[in-house]
Amino acid sequence: MIEAQFSGQLGSFKLDVEFTAPSQGVTALFGPSGCGKTSVLRCIAGLIRMAGGKLVVGGDVWQEGRRFVPVHRRALGYVFQEASLFPHLSVRENLEFGQKRAKRGSQTIDFDDLVDLLAIAPLFDRPTAHLSGGERQRVAIGRALLSQPRLLLMDEPVSALDSLGREEILPYLEQLHRTLSIPVLYVSHNIEEIERLADTLVLMRRGAVRAAGPIAELLADPDLPMVRMPEPVAVLDGTVEEYDPRYGLAKVVVPGGTLLVAGDLGPTGTVRRLRIGASDVSLGREASTDTTILNALPVRIDSVAPAGDTQMTVRLKLGTDGSGASLLSRVSRLSWDRLGFAEGDTVVAQIKAVALAKQ
Amino acid sequence: MFDAAMIQTILLTLQLAIVTTIVLLLVGIPLAWWLARSKARGKEAVAVLVSLPIVLPPTVLGFYLLIAMGPDSPLTALIGRSLPFTFEGLVVGSTLYSLPFVVNPIRNGFEAMSRRHWEAAATLRARPLDAFFSIALPMAMPGILTGAILGFAHTMGEFGVVLMIGGSIPGETKVLSIAIFEFVETLEWGKAHVLAGAMLLLSFAVIFAMRAVETRFKSNQP
Repeated sequence: MIEAQFSGQLGSFKLDVEFTAPSQGVTALFGPSGCGKTSVLRCIAGLIRMAGGKLVVGGDVWQEGRRFVPVHRRALGYVFQEASLFPHLSVRENLEFGQKRAKRGSQTIDFDDLVDLLAIAPLFDRPTAHLSGGERQRVAIGRALLSQPRLLLMDEPVSALDSLGREEILPYLEQLHRTLSIPVLYVSHNIEEIERLADTLVLMRRGAVRAAGPIAELLADPDLPMVRMPEPVAVLDGTVEEYDPRYGLAKVVVPGGTLLVAGDLGPTGTVRRLRIGASDVSLGREASTDTTILNALPVRIDSVAPAGDTQMTVRLKLGTDGSGASLLSRVSRLSWDRLGFAEGDTVVAQIKAVALAKQ
Repeated sequence: MFDAAMIQTILLTLQLAIVTTIVLLLVGIPLAWWLARSKARGKEAVAVLVSLPIVLPPTVLGFYLLIAMGPDSPLTALIGRSLPFTFEGLVVGSTLYSLPFVVNPIRNGFEAMSRRHWEAAATLRARPLDAFFSIALPMAMPGILTGAILGFAHTMGEFGVVLMIGGSIPGETKVLSIAIFEFVETLEWGKAHVLAGAMLLLSFAVIFAMRAVETRFKSNQP
């Protein structure tokens, strides 16, 4: 568990944040540019020393009162927006820089395994200046992890890359996410990255924490700005139950229901993240039998809010008793009034498309 | 062509240039680091002081040094011996005289290193001293080489400061530029030619060699 609390002045900017992050999985610090998320990450690394702060990582106090562990004694890895590889060292020497300095006996991340996972062995003999943006960032991630951190901090690691480089690197991040046992704090202002990578979300605004919690809950929270985006989405983590090769459909169990998803999503028990856009979910009183839509699930209407003049954003909870995962639906105001829906009603959600959030 | 006295002069000049360059690097690198990194208020005043010899006539610097090293000065009392007209005195004078030519390029080298590299080293468990030697120093190496070349060349050709605080004691303070000056004054043009020519060739060779090293270093570090 990571407990962070920082308050103070940074130039003309006031920072006052407090949150906890679980000791596993990816916690995203998300918010508009200038909301202070990078400053929070730098405070956690110890690159900024904020007098009024407290930071406990896995039981170790890194900062409290007058106690302040300097950066080089914190077992953390930091991936900067720019890869910041050392130009006078080879790729291999860059990778070994932190590994050599890591505490003995803490070598849980193996050099060869990580090099395989990030596919950076072919880059060893190339000068760092001749690497592409995506390749540099992969080396930087490897370098940070080989210093055997207990916490990985990533500051917009793909935002300096073009869309090609971004698509190149995100699969590696997802792969890491599955293999790593250490917590990751990931700063981003890009909601798609967050949907793909994050388990926990810390939503920031103007130097303060607006909300924090599991990503699925926060994305569908009607009080938060995400539901007011032009294309709001819900994400659900589901477990593959079986695959039907005749139709190419996988049966995935999510909290409060079961969905059919196109494609072989892996053996029984595999956890996959699904992404369902609000405009792909329509509502009806009864389950219609004569439709081509595969997924129709009973849901309870949890809350509703207008979206512009013509539409409504409805938050749904899966299951007749409304105890399951959250889902969002965008419907026209006309349909809403015509069908006479109200909060608390149990209705049927017809889901036109279910996508994988991660490939 | 060269008589024993000339050889002695050449060797003394080389010795002075080498010792001074080493002292310049030992003093100049920490000073340049401080100038590049410190947030101290008086920093730019120190930078100006260091740069003064660029514009100051060498005789002015020599004059003040002579006073600072005089028999009644606190410096003399402190080290317990008199520095003027000694080799050590020349090293002190040459170091101050060439300091800006060494400190400024090294400072630029340190400043060119982005703060991110320094921070990255810290997040990779490098203590500040470790990061200085493993990251900052190698990354500033082109600037350090440039500084060393300039400091060496500048000391080889120095005249005014030497004249003021060194005089012309053979084997102790009589360097090439002084010897050439004396030969010209006594109308020994032939000997002046030999030394002047030797100095020209030597300077050319030294700078050429160091540039070659520098080019090679830069090509290894894209």
